[in-house]
Amino acid sequence: MDITFLLNGEVVSLTGISPTTTLLDWLRETKHLTGTKEGCNEGDCGACSVMISDDTGHRALNGCILFLPQINGKSVTTVEGLSAPDGTLHPVQQNLIDHHGSQCGFCTPGFAVTMATAHLNGATDHDTQLAGNLCRCTGYAPIIRAAQAAENEPVPHHLKNLRIPNGPKSSGGPAQPDGGRQPPQHIQPTTTDDLARWYAANPDATLIAGATDVGLWVTKQFRSLGPTAFLNRIDDLRGITDAGDHWRIGAMTTITELEAHFAPHHPSLATMLRRYGSTQVRNAATIGGNIANGSPIGDGSPGLIAMGATLHLRHGDRRRSLPLEDFFIAYGKQDRAPGEFVEAVTVPKQPDTLRCYKLSKRFDQDISAVCGCINLTREGRTITDARIAFGGMAGTPKRAAKTEAALLNQPFTEASFATAMTLIAKDFQPLSDMRASASYRLQTAQNMLMRYFLEAQGISTDIQAVTA
Amino acid sequence: MSVATPLPHDAAKLHVTGAARYVDDIPVPANALHIAFGLSKVAAGKLVSMDLSTVRDAAGVAAVLTAGDLPFSNDVSPSNHDEPLLATDAVHYAGQPLFMVIATSHLAARHAARLGQIDIEKTDPILTIEQALAANSRFEDGPRIYQKGDAATALDQAAQTLTGTINIGGQEHFYLEGQAALALPQDNGDMVVHSSTQHPTEIQHKVAEALGVPMHAVRVETRRMGGGFGGKESQGNALAIACAVAASKTGRPCKMRYDRDDDMIITGKRHDFRIDYTVGFDASGKITALDFTHFTRCGWGMDLSLPVADRAMLHADNAYHLDNIRITSHRLRTNTQSATAFRGFGGPQGIVGIERVMDHIAHHLGADPLAVRRANYYADAPSDQVQTTPYHQPVTDGIINALTDRLVATSDYAARRIAIDAWNASQPVLKRGIALTPVKFGISFTLTHLNQAGALVHVYNDGSIHLNHGGTEMGQGLFQKIAQVAASRFGVEVSAVKITATDTGKVPNTSATAASSGTDLNGMAVQAACDTIRDRIAVHLAELHQTTPDAVEFVDGMVRVGDGEITFAQAAASAYEHRVSLSSTGFYKTPDIKWDRITGQGSPFFYFAYGAAVTEVVIDTLTGENRILRADILHDAGASLNPALDIGQIEGGYVQGAGWLTTEELVWDDQGTLKTHAPSTYKIPAISDRPDIFNVALWDQPNPAQTVYRSKAVGEPPLMLGISAFMALSDATRACGPNYADLQTPATAEAVLAATLKARA
Repeated sequence: MDITFLLNGEVVSLTGISPTTTLLDWLRETKHLTGTKEGCNEGDCGACSVMISDDTGHRALNGCILFLPQINGKSVTTVEGLSAPDGTLHPVQQNLIDHHGSQCGFCTPGFAVTMATAHLNGATDHDTQLAGNLCRCTGYAPIIRAAQAAENEPVPHHLKNLRIPNGPKSSGGPAQPDGGRQPPQHIQPTTTDDLARWYAANPDATLIAGATDVGLWVTKQFRSLGPTAFLNRIDDLRGITDAGDHWRIGAMTTITELEAHFAPHHPSLATMLRRYGSTQVRNAATIGGNIANGSPIGDGSPGLIAMGATLHLRHGDRRRSLPLEDFFIAYGKQDRAPGEFVEAVTVPKQPDTLRCYKLSKRFDQDISAVCGCINLTREGRTITDARIAFGGMAGTPKRAAKTEAALLNQPFTEASFATAMTLIAKDFQPLSDMRASASYRLQTAQNMLMRYFLEAQGISTDIQAVTA
Repeated sequence: MSVATPLPHDAAKLHVTGAARYVDDIPVPANALHIAFGLSKVAAGKLVSMDLSTVRDAAGVAAVLTAGDLPFSNDVSPSNHDEPLLATDAVHYAGQPLFMVIATSHLAARHAARLGQIDIEKTDPILTIEQALAANSRFEDGPRIYQKGDAATALDQAAQTLTGTINIGGQEHFYLEGQAALALPQDNGDMVVHSSTQHPTEIQHKVAEALGVPMHAVRVETRRMGGGFGGKESQGNALAIACAVAASKTGRPCKMRYDRDDDMIITGKRHDFRIDYTVGFDASGKITALDFTHFTRCGWGMDLSLPVADRAMLHADNAYHLDNIRITSHRLRTNTQSATAFRGFGGPQGIVGIERVMDHIAHHLGADPLAVRRANYYADAPSDQVQTTPYHQPVTDGIINALTDRLVATSDYAARRIAIDAWNASQPVLKRGIALTPVKFGISFTLTHLNQAGALVHVYNDGSIHLNHGGTEMGQGLFQKIAQVAASRFGVEVSAVKITATDTGKVPNTSATAASSGTDLNGMAVQAACDTIRDRIAVHLAELHQTTPDAVEFVDGMVRVGDGEITFAQAAASAYEHRVSLSSTGFYKTPDIKWDRITGQGSPFFYFAYGAAVTEVVIDTLTGENRILRADILHDAGASLNPALDIGQIEGGYVQGAGWLTTEELVWDDQGTLKTHAPSTYKIPAISDRPDIFNVALWDQPNPAQTVYRSKAVGEPPLMLGISAFMALSDATRACGPNYADLQTPATAEAVLAATLKARA
């Protein structure tokens, strides 16, 4: 494939790249820019953080699971590009020094890049911005002090215009040695129609959206992806539109965008989405990828299922729709034909009765042991609709059908919830693994139901709301 | 003087710009080769055969070596010659290196290393402490026992007794920079090795053994590590040896770095422990008798497990004076990663044991745990009675009572405890807890001969200073602190001092930068070297100006002689022109320490470092989720050489210690496979896990012991301040029900929920 991008202000054009070369490897091995570090090679530590800018803004991303085609047409700023050309340090760099924010220094370039990105975006929610950057030395306190101290300092001039001049020179399509008779092995289409046609003809291909999971297939499992389609340049597959009584969410909508969209309408869902991966992961990961991946522990689906979402699939020009929960058949098996892909998910507008509870070993950037999303509609004291979905409790994201039935038409009382709680064990037979035991999963899933009731009574159940 | 000033880390600017070079960042010649290990997936068995033909045929592979291909020693152990670099006939843990791939790229080597067809005849692995006890699988013939007084009789006579058990989880180091080494072949078979190691001399020694050459043929250089925490005291040996052997065989530079998953699967971690206790005490909570049994899971190789288990025993008292105590320690051999050094080196586990006892007694008596702790503290110095530790060392530098008094006041402990109790009474779901725990940590290597250090200092004739010593920089700020010492000796700015990479060719026979000793030992050695040169300059200038050397002063970059004053550079130039040597080594050995680790008697420590922390937490009784709300720390760094760097060690140590005891859970399956081998599954604290309110202060009284500028070691002790977070979680469970909650570590949300249920039952 051929790509063009801006690296620390200079145009770089590459031809004939392997589409699964990561930006991190290219920076370090080919470009010998070794400031960007490899800490885990799976997007969980942030030492490889880079800033990616385009017309839609500036985002911190993990370079270790970012394939080169994903930066086509964008601007890449690495730690080497933070300081001004005259050597003046970026305010976050200077403050990291002044506040003793580095010790061993290995995580520091990643922190500096993530902090500079937040600084450029005017973001001051530092815990959220930096949840994806691990530091083992400092205990984080001096890093936060540095981030706070830099808040009001001006953005350096050289970072103010990180747009690639005249757009990318190539759409990323491959050179076709046989004159175009064979379908290309690796494509980067710009329309959903192009994708649909190509994928129907290449049903064994791998579609790459944010690569936050596919990236690990390559970096950790050495899987061969076969033909690949990079979806990041398909504008009409991305974004959320108001369609009257529902929202239509394009498959390539990132979790960051989803979180921002739902914050005013369903704050509990947005609060949970804030804990989906990290800033870097949410900036890359897409809702379509999260659903299509079919993981039983993805945090995207339970909330959408609880809101009654519909999934829209496409194969060539054929489209079909189904309730989101029906897409998940069994562990590793989804209702998706070869060559068929997720085009969108629609969510009915509704009063906010949804509560989402994510339980994980660590608060931030951790995979859920249990993700419980509960949506109960009441008329007077009576529960008239119950949609409850869990992640982490079965081989797929799954509704708690028996529990829902036990609540339906019951009064909204502790006794009703106490009865319904017992049915969680009928709905789910969870597994024990390194995240939690089966019995703990069952017990906490039950307690999440009770939490929904207690919260409605105005009882404090949120440790995040407690201060010393 | 530059000592005591809060200068930034010496490489801070390099860190923030990405210009600081770690091993994998060093430019290598284009013909460099890269190495990866092929690993056993089986925890125990007999290695029957390996078909490595597909590995050899894989793209980019230059060579594949097995144990039989190694030229000389096949051993990476720092202690017992029991850890082959590559397995020979037996397989001892899942993750053990079986063969090594040498390839043209890191990726090619990693990829090929997965392709081996390995036939291992499995045997039943010994994985748990209980299995090891049942099989009598252990290091040393039997348990070590240290004792003072007569615990058995005193227990019989005790007013009240309690028994209990606490399981203490291990901990992955999770240095952000994984293990790495680079070997560059030289003339005549010599080898230069760059290693991310806390112990360059050990790397030199093991590489020399592996190549069958004298140590003089191997030079090891370490400029910096991206974190060590004990995990690079011995665990870098394998990579350095592999690189050197491969470089020797191919004649090409060879580099190796572990991918994160490989790093976690291959290398050792903090030892997990089970500690059983029986304690006798009176109505005030004063302990009259205590019997501990430590069960230490050492993994498959001896590594540093014996001194780790010893140090756990040596910290079984923490800050408490115990008249009748017996500590029995079993060092158990299991088919898991060979547990190794980790910040605190057994001390943290020993301290968790006694802090658990304090907590249990307080619950039994319905007392504030702080009152029970204080009832048992060692007396502050000066004290009219000489109190001794369980290993019979007099405690003559006690400050824990005064330090606790100040921390109780500054943290507003008493009022907050009342407020928390009231809050808990009003809350059905959430409960808060608070705890103050002390730390007393013994400073010195318990292997006495390691308490030595060397330095090499040059003054050039322009007055610039080249500084070298045996310590390694892993982020702790050692190099800057020592540069501050050197600058102070010469009365110059620290910018006049060039900090250089640790190099076995400059300072030989060094000890690991470990046991918190880096500054104490190397700072004194550097001071000695500087003083030698300074005294030569003083003698020279005194002769020149017909005065006495003691009338020559080195201040503010100037040298004053009588009424005259010249710059330090002029003084250096003058000395050079008069043929005065401006280069010196320096040497230091810690005085006054002697120790018999078999009888458990002596004075292994030069002094003690103290500290205390108050932590407040909140727990959710529906799920066990929990959070640190506030931490207040008062820590003793003596007369701090650099308050900013010392506070950095304290903040970082606290969070690392709290992480160890809460979210950091290592999980092995029943076949001995580690299931938590990446940050996706092993959860070190993230930024939001730090305390919302985090107050850290230095006690900042000079060390009574004669250390460098009367400072105290600060690397390890603060980790144990994190124990207060665990004890605060235990305290929160007191609000859940009448029973002792028996909280275990790590106190994951799951463990906390289990404890709340036990409290209620």
